[in-house]
Amino acid sequence: MSLNQLTLIEAFEGLRQGKFTSEELTRDCLKQIKKFDSQVKAFVTVDEAGAISQAKAVDEKIKNGDSLSPLAGIPVAIKDLFCTQGLKTTASSKILADYVPPYDATVVKKLKDNDAVIIGKTNCDEFAMGGSTENSAFFPTKNPWDLERVPGGSSGGSAAAVAADMCLYALGTDTGGSIRQPSSFCNISGLKVSYGRVSRFGVLAMTSSLDTIGPMAKTAQDNALILQYLAGPDVKDATTPSEPVDDYSQAIVQNIQGLKIGLPKEYFIEGMDSEVRQAVLDAAKKFEELGATVVDVSLPHTEFAIAAYYIICPSEVSSNMARYDGIRYGLSERQSGDLLDIYLTSRAKGLGSEVKRRIMIGTYALSAGYYDAYYKKAMQVRTLVKGDFEQTFGEVDVILTPVAPTPAYKLGENINDPLKMYLEDAFTIPASLAGICGLTIPAGLAGGLPVGIQLLAKRFDEKTILRAGHHYQQATNWHKQKPSIK
Amino acid sequence: MKLSQQEVERIATLARLKLTEEEKNRYSQELSKIFDYMDKLQALDTAAVEPTSQVTGLTNVMREDVVEEFDNVGGLLAVSPQSQNGFFQVPKILENK
Repeated sequence: MSLNQLTLIEAFEGLRQGKFTSEELTRDCLKQIKKFDSQVKAFVTVDEAGAISQAKAVDEKIKNGDSLSPLAGIPVAIKDLFCTQGLKTTASSKILADYVPPYDATVVKKLKDNDAVIIGKTNCDEFAMGGSTENSAFFPTKNPWDLERVPGGSSGGSAAAVAADMCLYALGTDTGGSIRQPSSFCNISGLKVSYGRVSRFGVLAMTSSLDTIGPMAKTAQDNALILQYLAGPDVKDATTPSEPVDDYSQAIVQNIQGLKIGLPKEYFIEGMDSEVRQAVLDAAKKFEELGATVVDVSLPHTEFAIAAYYIICPSEVSSNMARYDGIRYGLSERQSGDLLDIYLTSRAKGLGSEVKRRIMIGTYALSAGYYDAYYKKAMQVRTLVKGDFEQTFGEVDVILTPVAPTPAYKLGENINDPLKMYLEDAFTIPASLAGICGLTIPAGLAGGLPVGIQLLAKRFDEKTILRAGHHYQQATNWHKQKPSIK
Repeated sequence: MKLSQQEVERIATLARLKLTEEEKNRYSQELSKIFDYMDKLQALDTAAVEPTSQVTGLTNVMREDVVEEFDNVGGLLAVSPQSQNGFFQVPKILENK
Protein backbone atom coordinates (compact mmCIF):
# COMPACT_ATOMS: atom_id res chain seq x y z
CA MET A 1 0.00 0.00 0.00
CA SER A 2 1.40 3.39 -0.92
CA LEU A 3 1.16 6.29 1.49
CA ASN A 4 -1.35 8.32 -0.53
CA GLN A 5 -3.97 5.63 0.20
CA LEU A 6 -3.90 6.34 3.94
CA THR A 7 -6.64 8.20 5.75
CA LEU A 8 -5.75 11.55 7.29
CA ILE A 9 -5.64 10.07 10.79
CA GLU A 10 -3.48 7.12 9.69
CA ALA A 11 -1.09 9.52 7.96
CA PHE A 12 -0.92 11.75 11.03
CA GLU A 13 -0.07 8.77 13.25
CA GLY A 14 2.53 7.48 10.78
CA LEU A 15 4.23 10.86 10.58
CA ARG A 16 4.40 11.18 14.37
CA GLN A 17 5.74 7.65 14.79
CA GLY A 18 8.42 8.39 12.24
CA LYS A 19 7.27 5.59 9.92
CA PHE A 20 7.60 7.93 6.94
CA THR A 21 8.18 11.59 6.20
CA SER A 22 5.85 14.26 4.89
CA GLU A 23 8.04 14.44 1.80
CA GLU A 24 7.50 10.73 1.10
CA LEU A 25 3.75 11.11 1.66
CA THR A 26 3.61 14.16 -0.60
CA ARG A 27 5.67 12.50 -3.33
CA ASP A 28 3.32 9.48 -3.32
CA CYS A 29 0.37 11.84 -3.91
CA LEU A 30 2.25 13.65 -6.69
CA LYS A 31 3.15 10.29 -8.24
CA GLN A 32 -0.51 9.30 -8.22
CA ILE A 33 -1.47 12.61 -9.86
CA LYS A 34 1.17 12.11 -12.57
CA LYS A 35 -0.01 8.60 -13.19
CA PHE A 36 -3.75 9.20 -13.38
CA ASP A 37 -4.68 12.84 -13.65
CA SER A 38 -4.25 12.91 -17.42
CA GLN A 39 -7.35 10.66 -17.41
CA VAL A 40 -9.27 11.92 -14.37
CA LYS A 41 -8.52 15.66 -14.82
CA ALA A 42 -9.20 16.53 -11.20
CA PHE A 43 -6.68 19.37 -10.99
CA VAL A 44 -6.52 22.77 -12.63
CA THR A 45 -3.17 23.51 -10.97
CA VAL A 46 -0.71 21.16 -9.27
CA ASP A 47 1.82 22.98 -7.10
CA GLU A 48 4.56 20.36 -7.04
CA ALA A 49 7.39 22.69 -6.01
CA GLY A 50 5.36 24.43 -3.30
CA ALA A 51 4.10 21.13 -1.90
CA ILE A 52 7.56 19.53 -1.75
CA SER A 53 9.15 22.54 -0.12
CA GLN A 54 6.36 22.77 2.47
CA ALA A 55 6.66 19.01 3.16
CA LYS A 56 10.41 19.37 3.73
CA ALA A 57 9.84 22.29 6.10
CA VAL A 58 7.38 20.19 8.13
CA ASP A 59 9.80 17.24 8.21
CA GLU A 60 12.39 19.61 9.66
CA LYS A 61 9.92 20.71 12.37
CA ILE A 62 9.07 17.09 13.20
CA LYS A 63 12.77 16.28 13.48
CA ASN A 64 13.22 19.21 15.87
CA GLY A 65 10.39 17.89 18.01
CA ASP A 66 8.21 20.97 17.46
CA SER A 67 4.61 20.83 18.64
CA LEU A 68 2.51 20.49 15.49
CA SER A 69 -1.10 20.31 14.39
CA PRO A 70 -2.46 16.92 13.21
CA LEU A 71 -2.87 18.53 9.77
CA ALA A 72 0.84 19.35 9.55
CA GLY A 73 2.63 17.80 6.60
CA ILE A 74 -0.50 16.24 5.11
CA PRO A 75 -1.36 16.89 1.45
CA VAL A 76 -4.68 18.63 0.83
CA ALA A 77 -6.31 19.62 -2.48
CA ILE A 78 -8.37 22.80 -2.58
CA LYS A 79 -11.27 23.61 -4.87
CA ASP A 80 -10.21 26.33 -7.29
CA LEU A 81 -12.77 28.67 -5.75
CA PHE A 82 -10.67 29.44 -2.66
CA CYS A 83 -8.21 32.32 -2.89
CA THR A 84 -4.66 31.11 -2.37
CA GLN A 85 -2.10 33.88 -2.22
CA GLY A 86 0.44 33.53 -5.01
CA LEU A 87 -1.25 30.42 -6.44
CA LYS A 88 -3.59 30.79 -9.42
CA THR A 89 -7.31 30.71 -8.52
CA THR A 90 -9.57 30.40 -11.53
CA ALA A 91 -13.07 29.35 -10.36
CA SER A 92 -12.72 27.18 -13.51
CA SER A 93 -13.71 30.30 -15.46
CA LYS A 94 -12.06 32.05 -18.38
CA ILE A 95 -12.68 35.37 -16.68
CA LEU A 96 -10.23 34.39 -13.89
CA ALA A 97 -8.00 32.09 -15.97
CA ASP A 98 -4.84 34.02 -14.97
CA TYR A 99 -5.93 35.38 -11.60
CA VAL A 100 -3.31 35.10 -8.83
CA PRO A 101 -4.96 36.25 -5.58
CA PRO A 102 -3.07 38.79 -3.46
CA TYR A 103 -4.48 37.23 -0.26
CA ASP A 104 -5.57 33.93 1.30
CA ALA A 105 -9.12 32.87 2.11
CA THR A 106 -9.55 32.55 5.90
CA VAL A 107 -9.72 28.74 5.71
CA VAL A 108 -6.64 28.61 3.47
CA LYS A 109 -4.80 30.74 6.00
CA LYS A 110 -5.96 28.37 8.74
CA LEU A 111 -4.59 25.38 6.81
CA LYS A 112 -1.29 27.18 6.26
CA ASP A 113 -1.10 28.11 9.97
CA ASN A 114 -1.52 24.39 10.67
CA ASP A 115 1.37 23.54 8.30
CA ALA A 116 -0.81 21.72 5.77
CA VAL A 117 0.73 20.78 2.42
CA ILE A 118 -1.37 22.36 -0.35
CA ILE A 119 -0.85 20.07 -3.31
CA GLY A 120 -3.02 21.83 -5.87
CA LYS A 121 -6.29 23.41 -6.92
CA THR A 122 -9.15 21.28 -8.15
CA ASN A 123 -11.52 21.65 -11.05
CA CYS A 124 -15.17 22.61 -10.52
CA ASP A 125 -18.21 23.84 -12.36
CA GLU A 126 -17.56 27.47 -13.29
CA PHE A 127 -18.03 29.56 -10.13
CA ALA A 128 -19.59 26.41 -8.57
CA MET A 129 -22.62 26.59 -10.85
CA GLY A 130 -23.48 23.04 -11.79
CA GLY A 131 -23.66 19.51 -10.55
CA SER A 132 -21.33 17.59 -12.85
CA THR A 133 -18.09 19.62 -13.27
CA GLU A 134 -18.93 19.69 -16.99
CA ASN A 135 -19.43 23.45 -16.67
CA SER A 136 -15.71 24.01 -16.07
CA ALA A 137 -14.45 26.38 -18.76
CA PHE A 138 -11.28 24.29 -19.06
CA PHE A 139 -12.22 20.60 -19.18
CA PRO A 140 -14.64 18.18 -17.53
CA THR A 141 -13.41 16.00 -14.67
CA LYS A 142 -14.07 12.27 -14.98
CA ASN A 143 -15.33 9.95 -12.27
CA PRO A 144 -12.45 7.65 -11.19
CA TRP A 145 -15.00 4.81 -10.88
CA ASP A 146 -15.94 5.08 -14.54
CA LEU A 147 -14.16 7.55 -16.77
CA GLU A 148 -17.24 7.89 -18.98
CA ARG A 149 -19.23 9.26 -16.07
CA VAL A 150 -19.30 12.58 -14.24
CA PRO A 151 -17.78 12.90 -10.76
CA GLY A 152 -20.71 15.09 -9.72
CA GLY A 153 -20.30 18.73 -8.90
CA SER A 154 -19.66 21.40 -8.40
CA SER A 155 -16.78 20.18 -6.18
CA GLY A 156 -16.14 17.32 -8.64
CA GLY A 157 -12.38 17.80 -8.87
CA SER A 158 -12.02 17.64 -5.09
CA ALA A 159 -14.18 14.49 -4.89
CA ALA A 160 -12.31 12.76 -7.72
CA ALA A 161 -8.92 13.69 -6.23
CA VAL A 162 -9.82 12.17 -2.85
CA ALA A 163 -11.42 9.08 -4.41
CA ALA A 164 -8.35 8.50 -6.59
CA ASP A 165 -5.98 8.96 -3.61
CA MET A 166 -4.27 11.99 -5.16
CA CYS A 167 -4.48 13.76 -1.79
CA LEU A 168 -5.46 12.80 1.74
CA TYR A 169 -8.44 15.14 1.87
CA ALA A 170 -9.82 18.18 0.08
CA LEU A 171 -11.83 21.34 0.61
CA GLY A 172 -15.03 22.00 -1.29
CA THR A 173 -18.00 24.32 -1.19
CA ASP A 174 -21.65 23.34 -0.92
CA THR A 175 -24.43 25.76 -1.88
CA GLY A 176 -27.12 23.33 -3.06
CA GLY A 177 -25.30 20.00 -2.79
CA SER A 178 -21.86 20.65 -4.26
CA ILE A 179 -19.99 18.69 -1.58
CA ARG A 180 -22.61 16.05 -0.80
CA GLN A 181 -23.51 14.95 -4.34
CA PRO A 182 -19.95 14.51 -5.73
CA SER A 183 -18.99 12.74 -2.48
CA SER A 184 -21.82 10.30 -3.16
CA PHE A 185 -20.84 9.84 -6.83
CA CYS A 186 -17.17 9.21 -5.95
CA ASN A 187 -17.55 7.14 -2.74
CA ILE A 188 -16.02 9.56 -0.27
CA SER A 189 -17.23 11.22 2.95
CA GLY A 190 -18.17 14.88 2.54
CA LEU A 191 -19.51 17.37 5.07
CA LYS A 192 -21.71 20.35 4.32
CA VAL A 193 -21.52 22.47 7.44
CA SER A 194 -24.30 24.62 8.86
CA TYR A 195 -24.46 28.03 7.25
CA GLY A 196 -22.11 30.29 9.22
CA ARG A 197 -20.06 27.51 10.84
CA VAL A 198 -17.01 28.11 8.61
CA SER A 199 -15.85 31.49 7.29
CA ARG A 200 -16.54 32.23 3.63
CA PHE A 201 -14.02 35.08 3.48
CA GLY A 202 -11.84 34.76 0.40
CA VAL A 203 -13.96 32.08 -1.25
CA LEU A 204 -15.41 33.39 -4.50
CA ALA A 205 -19.07 34.04 -3.74
CA MET A 206 -21.88 32.33 -5.64
CA THR A 207 -25.02 32.49 -3.48
CA SER A 208 -23.98 34.40 -0.38
CA SER A 209 -26.96 33.38 1.76
CA LEU A 210 -26.39 29.67 1.04
CA ASP A 211 -22.67 29.13 0.36
CA THR A 212 -20.86 26.90 2.85
CA ILE A 213 -17.33 25.53 3.03
CA GLY A 214 -16.45 22.05 4.17
CA PRO A 215 -14.09 19.07 4.15
CA MET A 216 -14.17 16.11 1.77
CA ALA A 217 -12.29 13.10 3.08
CA LYS A 218 -12.01 9.34 3.24
CA THR A 219 -13.90 8.88 6.53
CA ALA A 220 -16.36 10.70 8.77
CA GLN A 221 -13.69 10.61 11.47
CA ASP A 222 -11.28 12.53 9.23
CA ASN A 223 -14.00 15.11 8.54
CA ALA A 224 -14.46 15.58 12.30
CA LEU A 225 -10.77 16.28 12.73
CA ILE A 226 -10.56 18.70 9.79
CA LEU A 227 -13.68 20.61 10.84
CA GLN A 228 -12.03 21.31 14.20
CA TYR A 229 -9.49 23.46 12.36
CA LEU A 230 -11.93 25.20 9.99
CA ALA A 231 -14.89 26.06 12.25
CA GLY A 232 -15.45 29.22 14.22
CA PRO A 233 -16.20 32.90 13.93
CA ASP A 234 -14.23 35.22 11.65
CA VAL A 235 -14.35 39.01 11.89
CA LYS A 236 -14.04 39.08 8.10
CA ASP A 237 -17.30 37.12 7.66
CA ALA A 238 -20.15 38.72 9.60
CA THR A 239 -22.36 35.64 9.11
CA THR A 240 -20.19 33.46 11.40
CA PRO A 241 -21.74 33.61 14.90
CA SER A 242 -19.76 33.03 18.10
CA GLU A 243 -21.53 29.70 18.57
CA PRO A 244 -19.15 27.38 20.50
CA VAL A 245 -17.14 24.91 18.39
CA ASP A 246 -17.55 21.34 19.64
CA ASP A 247 -14.69 18.92 20.19
CA TYR A 248 -15.76 16.87 17.16
CA SER A 249 -13.21 14.05 17.41
CA GLN A 250 -14.20 13.47 21.02
CA ALA A 251 -17.95 13.86 20.40
CA ILE A 252 -18.09 11.13 17.72
CA VAL A 253 -16.74 8.42 20.02
CA GLN A 254 -19.92 7.95 22.06
CA ASN A 255 -22.17 5.17 20.67
CA ILE A 256 -25.47 5.88 18.94
CA GLN A 257 -27.66 3.89 21.31
CA GLY A 258 -31.04 5.64 21.44
CA LEU A 259 -30.31 8.05 18.59
CA LYS A 260 -33.56 8.92 16.79
CA ILE A 261 -33.37 8.84 13.00
CA GLY A 262 -36.17 9.99 10.71
CA LEU A 263 -36.85 8.74 7.17
CA PRO A 264 -38.78 11.43 5.27
CA LYS A 265 -41.34 9.95 2.87
CA GLU A 266 -40.95 12.86 0.43
CA TYR A 267 -37.40 11.67 -0.38
CA PHE A 268 -38.52 8.34 -1.78
CA ILE A 269 -40.02 9.51 -5.01
CA GLU A 270 -41.01 7.94 -8.27
CA GLY A 271 -38.20 7.80 -10.78
CA MET A 272 -35.48 7.24 -8.25
CA ASP A 273 -33.10 4.37 -8.82
CA SER A 274 -34.28 1.25 -6.98
CA GLU A 275 -30.76 0.38 -5.84
CA VAL A 276 -30.35 3.88 -4.39
CA ARG A 277 -33.60 3.43 -2.50
CA GLN A 278 -32.45 0.04 -1.25
CA ALA A 279 -29.09 1.42 -0.10
CA VAL A 280 -30.85 3.99 2.10
CA LEU A 281 -33.21 1.39 3.56
CA ASP A 282 -30.29 -0.98 4.21
CA ALA A 283 -28.46 1.85 5.97
CA ALA A 284 -31.53 2.50 8.13
CA LYS A 285 -31.49 -1.16 9.15
CA LYS A 286 -27.78 -0.93 9.96
CA PHE A 287 -28.41 2.11 12.17
CA GLU A 288 -31.11 0.13 14.01
CA GLU A 289 -28.62 -2.70 14.59
CA LEU A 290 -26.28 -0.11 16.06
CA GLY A 291 -28.94 0.91 18.58
CA ALA A 292 -30.70 3.79 16.84
CA THR A 293 -34.46 4.07 16.45
CA VAL A 294 -35.75 4.72 12.93
CA VAL A 295 -39.12 6.41 12.44
CA ASP A 296 -41.04 7.83 9.47
CA VAL A 297 -41.19 11.61 9.24
CA SER A 298 -42.59 14.12 6.77
CA LEU A 299 -41.12 17.28 5.26
CA PRO A 300 -44.19 18.43 3.33
CA HIS A 301 -42.70 21.37 1.41
CA THR A 302 -39.83 19.37 -0.09
CA GLU A 303 -41.24 19.43 -3.63
CA PHE A 304 -41.17 23.25 -3.67
CA ALA A 305 -37.53 23.57 -2.63
CA ILE A 306 -35.98 23.34 -6.11
CA ALA A 307 -38.15 26.09 -7.52
CA ALA A 308 -37.37 28.36 -4.56
CA TYR A 309 -33.65 27.58 -4.77
CA TYR A 310 -33.39 28.23 -8.49
CA ILE A 311 -34.83 31.70 -7.93
CA ILE A 312 -32.81 32.60 -4.83
CA CYS A 313 -29.51 31.25 -6.18
CA PRO A 314 -29.59 32.99 -9.59
CA SER A 315 -30.81 36.21 -7.96
CA GLU A 316 -27.78 36.31 -5.70
CA VAL A 317 -25.58 35.12 -8.59
CA SER A 318 -26.71 38.03 -10.76
CA SER A 319 -25.59 40.39 -8.02
CA ASN A 320 -22.35 38.58 -7.10
CA MET A 321 -21.20 38.24 -10.71
CA ALA A 322 -21.53 41.98 -11.31
CA ARG A 323 -18.02 42.41 -9.91
CA TYR A 324 -16.50 40.65 -12.93
CA ASP A 325 -16.46 43.69 -15.18
CA GLY A 326 -12.92 43.79 -16.56
CA ILE A 327 -11.87 46.79 -14.47
CA ARG A 328 -9.88 45.73 -11.42
CA TYR A 329 -8.91 42.11 -12.11
CA GLY A 330 -9.71 39.23 -14.40
CA LEU A 331 -10.14 39.12 -18.15
CA SER A 332 -10.38 42.60 -19.63
CA GLU A 333 -11.17 43.35 -23.26
CA ARG A 334 -10.09 46.95 -23.78
CA GLN A 335 -9.72 47.25 -27.57
CA SER A 336 -12.50 49.75 -28.12
CA GLY A 337 -11.57 52.03 -25.23
CA ASP A 338 -15.22 52.54 -24.33
CA LEU A 339 -16.18 51.73 -20.72
CA LEU A 340 -19.52 50.04 -21.43
CA ASP A 341 -17.83 48.02 -24.14
CA ILE A 342 -15.21 46.77 -21.65
CA TYR A 343 -18.00 45.44 -19.42
CA LEU A 344 -19.94 43.86 -22.25
CA THR A 345 -17.04 42.28 -24.12
CA SER A 346 -15.12 41.08 -21.05
CA ARG A 347 -18.22 39.40 -19.66
CA ALA A 348 -19.27 37.96 -23.03
CA LYS A 349 -15.84 36.38 -23.54
CA GLY A 350 -15.12 35.50 -19.92
CA LEU A 351 -18.32 33.91 -18.63
CA GLY A 352 -19.66 30.51 -19.65
CA SER A 353 -23.20 29.61 -20.63
CA GLU A 354 -24.47 28.35 -17.24
CA VAL A 355 -23.13 31.47 -15.51
CA LYS A 356 -24.84 33.68 -18.07
CA ARG A 357 -28.02 31.63 -17.78
CA ARG A 358 -28.15 32.15 -14.00
CA ILE A 359 -27.35 35.85 -14.33
CA MET A 360 -30.26 36.13 -16.77
CA ILE A 361 -32.69 34.18 -14.53
CA GLY A 362 -31.69 36.24 -11.49
CA THR A 363 -31.81 39.58 -13.24
CA TYR A 364 -35.29 38.77 -14.52
CA ALA A 365 -36.51 37.55 -11.11
CA LEU A 366 -35.29 40.74 -9.45
CA SER A 367 -36.41 43.15 -12.16
CA ALA A 368 -39.20 45.67 -11.63
CA GLY A 369 -42.63 44.05 -11.62
CA TYR A 370 -41.40 40.50 -11.00
CA TYR A 371 -39.74 40.80 -7.58
CA ASP A 372 -42.84 39.86 -5.55
CA ALA A 373 -43.89 37.01 -7.82
CA TYR A 374 -40.48 35.36 -7.83
CA TYR A 375 -37.85 36.50 -5.34
CA LYS A 376 -40.17 37.36 -2.45
CA LYS A 377 -42.24 34.24 -3.07
CA ALA A 378 -39.09 32.11 -3.07
CA MET A 379 -37.98 33.62 0.25
CA GLN A 380 -41.38 32.83 1.77
CA VAL A 381 -41.19 29.25 0.54
CA ARG A 382 -37.72 29.09 2.06
CA THR A 383 -39.36 29.87 5.43
CA LEU A 384 -41.75 26.95 4.94
CA VAL A 385 -38.94 24.53 4.00
CA LYS A 386 -36.93 25.68 7.02
CA GLY A 387 -40.01 25.25 9.21
CA ASP A 388 -40.41 21.62 8.05
CA PHE A 389 -36.95 20.83 9.38
CA GLU A 390 -37.41 22.75 12.64
CA GLN A 391 -40.55 20.78 13.35
CA THR A 392 -39.01 17.44 12.42
CA PHE A 393 -35.92 18.03 14.55
CA GLY A 394 -38.31 18.33 17.49
CA GLU A 395 -39.03 14.64 16.94
CA VAL A 396 -35.72 13.16 15.72
CA ASP A 397 -31.98 13.85 16.05
CA VAL A 398 -30.99 12.95 12.49
CA ILE A 399 -32.77 12.72 9.14
CA LEU A 400 -31.58 9.98 6.77
CA THR A 401 -32.11 10.42 3.01
CA PRO A 402 -30.66 9.55 -0.39
CA VAL A 403 -28.17 12.10 -1.80
CA ALA A 404 -29.17 11.95 -5.46
CA PRO A 405 -31.91 10.07 -7.32
CA THR A 406 -29.34 8.03 -9.28
CA PRO A 407 -25.64 7.11 -9.17
CA ALA A 408 -23.21 9.06 -11.39
CA TYR A 409 -24.56 9.60 -14.89
CA LYS A 410 -22.65 9.74 -18.17
CA LEU A 411 -20.88 12.86 -19.40
CA GLY A 412 -23.14 14.78 -21.73
CA GLU A 413 -26.27 13.01 -20.53
CA ASN A 414 -27.93 16.06 -18.90
CA ILE A 415 -25.82 18.95 -20.11
CA ASN A 416 -28.22 20.19 -22.78
CA ASP A 417 -31.24 20.33 -20.50
CA PRO A 418 -30.67 22.88 -17.72
CA LEU A 419 -34.01 22.22 -16.03
CA LYS A 420 -33.35 18.47 -15.88
CA MET A 421 -29.94 19.26 -14.38
CA TYR A 422 -31.57 21.45 -11.70
CA LEU A 423 -34.05 18.70 -10.79
CA GLU A 424 -31.12 16.39 -9.97
CA ASP A 425 -30.57 18.47 -6.81
CA ALA A 426 -33.93 17.55 -5.24
CA PHE A 427 -32.50 15.82 -2.14
CA THR A 428 -29.66 18.22 -1.31
CA ILE A 429 -31.31 21.61 -1.83
CA PRO A 430 -33.86 21.60 1.04
CA ALA A 431 -31.13 21.36 3.71
CA SER A 432 -29.26 24.20 1.99
CA LEU A 433 -32.30 26.48 2.15
CA ALA A 434 -32.69 25.66 5.86
CA GLY A 435 -28.99 26.31 6.55
CA ILE A 436 -28.60 23.00 8.40
CA CYS A 437 -25.68 20.57 8.18
CA GLY A 438 -25.43 17.38 6.14
CA LEU A 439 -22.97 14.52 5.80
CA THR A 440 -22.63 12.18 2.83
CA ILE A 441 -21.08 8.78 3.45
CA PRO A 442 -20.72 5.77 1.14
CA ALA A 443 -23.45 3.15 1.63
CA GLY A 444 -23.48 0.82 -1.33
CA LEU A 445 -22.78 0.12 -4.97
CA ALA A 446 -25.32 0.12 -7.78
CA GLY A 447 -24.11 -1.49 -10.97
CA GLY A 448 -20.55 -0.98 -9.76
CA LEU A 449 -21.12 2.72 -9.03
CA PRO A 450 -21.02 4.33 -5.59
CA VAL A 451 -24.20 5.26 -3.76
CA GLY A 452 -24.05 7.54 -0.75
CA ILE A 453 -26.53 8.37 1.98
CA GLN A 454 -27.19 11.78 3.49
CA LEU A 455 -27.44 12.42 7.23
CA LEU A 456 -28.94 15.76 8.23
CA ALA A 457 -29.01 17.49 11.61
CA LYS A 458 -30.03 20.86 12.95
CA ARG A 459 -27.83 23.95 12.68
CA PHE A 460 -24.48 23.58 14.45
CA ASP A 461 -25.12 19.93 15.28
CA GLU A 462 -22.32 18.63 13.04
CA LYS A 463 -21.15 16.44 15.92
CA THR A 464 -24.28 14.27 15.76
CA ILE A 465 -24.14 13.43 12.05
CA LEU A 466 -20.37 12.90 12.28
CA ARG A 467 -20.96 10.54 15.20
CA ALA A 468 -23.68 8.61 13.34
CA GLY A 469 -21.45 8.48 10.22
CA HIS A 470 -18.43 7.35 12.21
CA HIS A 471 -20.29 4.49 13.89
CA TYR A 472 -21.79 3.43 10.56
CA GLN A 473 -18.28 3.31 9.11
CA GLN A 474 -17.04 1.27 12.08
CA ALA A 475 -19.67 -1.34 11.17
CA THR A 476 -19.47 -1.26 7.35
CA ASN A 477 -16.84 -1.35 4.61
CA TRP A 478 -18.45 0.73 1.87
CA HIS A 479 -16.12 3.68 2.50
CA LYS A 480 -13.13 1.41 1.98
CA GLN A 481 -14.15 0.48 -1.57
CA LYS A 482 -11.83 2.06 -4.12
CA PRO A 483 -12.11 2.66 -7.85
CA SER A 484 -9.86 0.48 -9.99
CA ILE A 485 -8.31 3.04 -12.32
CA LYS A 486 -5.38 1.75 -14.32
CA MET B 1 -44.96 31.76 -19.97
CA LYS B 2 -43.05 32.70 -23.09
CA LEU B 3 -40.10 35.02 -22.73
CA SER B 4 -39.80 37.04 -25.93
CA GLN B 5 -36.53 37.80 -27.67
CA GLN B 6 -37.01 41.51 -26.79
CA GLU B 7 -37.47 40.64 -23.14
CA VAL B 8 -34.29 38.58 -23.21
CA GLU B 9 -32.47 41.55 -24.76
CA ARG B 10 -33.82 43.87 -22.06
CA ILE B 11 -32.59 41.56 -19.26
CA ALA B 12 -29.22 41.11 -20.96
CA THR B 13 -28.80 44.89 -21.09
CA LEU B 14 -29.65 45.20 -17.40
CA ALA B 15 -27.10 42.46 -16.63
CA ARG B 16 -24.41 43.94 -18.89
CA LEU B 17 -24.25 40.80 -20.99
CA LYS B 18 -23.69 40.97 -24.73
CA LEU B 19 -25.44 37.92 -26.17
CA THR B 20 -25.10 36.42 -29.62
CA GLU B 21 -28.25 35.78 -31.67
CA GLU B 22 -27.88 32.08 -30.95
CA GLU B 23 -27.68 32.76 -27.20
CA LYS B 24 -30.73 35.06 -27.27
CA ASN B 25 -32.70 32.37 -28.99
CA ARG B 26 -31.54 29.63 -26.64
CA TYR B 27 -32.07 31.64 -23.43
CA SER B 28 -35.51 32.72 -24.56
CA GLN B 29 -36.53 29.06 -24.86
CA GLU B 30 -34.69 27.79 -21.78
CA LEU B 31 -35.76 30.61 -19.46
CA SER B 32 -39.38 30.22 -20.55
CA LYS B 33 -39.26 26.56 -19.59
CA ILE B 34 -37.48 27.27 -16.29
CA PHE B 35 -39.95 30.00 -15.26
CA ASP B 36 -42.84 27.71 -16.16
CA TYR B 37 -41.43 25.30 -13.60
CA MET B 38 -41.06 28.12 -11.01
CA ASP B 39 -44.77 28.81 -11.35
CA LYS B 40 -45.45 25.79 -9.17
CA LEU B 41 -44.64 28.08 -6.23
CA GLN B 42 -47.79 30.07 -6.93
CA ALA B 43 -49.82 27.04 -5.76
CA LEU B 44 -48.67 27.74 -2.19
CA ASP B 45 -50.53 30.30 -0.13
CA THR B 46 -47.78 32.36 1.49
CA ALA B 47 -49.77 35.48 2.38
CA ALA B 48 -49.03 35.04 6.08
CA VAL B 49 -45.45 33.76 5.72
CA GLU B 50 -42.45 35.93 6.57
CA PRO B 51 -39.68 35.78 3.94
CA THR B 52 -36.30 34.27 4.90
CA SER B 53 -33.41 36.08 3.24
CA GLN B 54 -30.78 34.45 5.47
CA VAL B 55 -30.80 31.99 8.33
CA THR B 56 -28.24 33.32 10.83
CA GLY B 57 -30.67 35.35 12.91
CA LEU B 58 -27.89 37.92 13.18
CA THR B 59 -28.60 41.59 12.54
CA ASN B 60 -26.27 44.58 12.50
CA VAL B 61 -23.06 42.78 13.35
CA MET B 62 -20.72 45.46 14.64
CA ARG B 63 -16.96 45.69 15.10
CA GLU B 64 -14.53 48.42 16.00
CA ASP B 65 -14.14 50.84 13.09
CA VAL B 66 -10.39 50.69 12.76
CA VAL B 67 -8.30 51.01 9.63
CA GLU B 68 -6.28 47.93 8.80
CA GLU B 69 -3.47 48.29 6.28
CA PHE B 70 -3.56 45.71 3.48
CA ASP B 71 0.00 44.49 3.16
CA ASN B 72 0.00 43.41 -0.48
CA VAL B 73 -1.02 46.40 -2.61
CA GLY B 74 1.59 45.30 -5.13
CA GLY B 75 -0.18 41.96 -5.51
CA LEU B 76 -3.52 43.73 -6.03
CA LEU B 77 -2.14 45.93 -8.78
CA ALA B 78 -0.25 43.06 -10.38
CA VAL B 79 -3.54 41.36 -11.28
CA SER B 80 -5.21 44.52 -12.59
CA PRO B 81 -5.54 44.85 -16.36
CA GLN B 82 -4.11 48.39 -16.37
CA SER B 83 -2.66 50.49 -13.57
CA GLN B 84 -0.64 53.64 -13.16
CA ASN B 85 1.02 55.21 -10.10
CA GLY B 86 -0.69 52.73 -7.79
CA PHE B 87 -4.18 53.26 -9.21
CA PHE B 88 -6.46 51.20 -11.44
CA GLN B 89 -6.73 52.74 -14.88
CA VAL B 90 -10.09 53.07 -16.60
CA PRO B 91 -11.09 54.81 -19.83
CA LYS B 92 -12.13 58.43 -19.64
CA ILE B 93 -15.88 58.71 -19.11
CA LEU B 94 -16.24 62.51 -19.10
CA GLU B 95 -15.72 64.54 -22.27
CA ASN B 96 -13.43 67.61 -22.36
CA LYS B 97 -15.37 70.84 -22.65
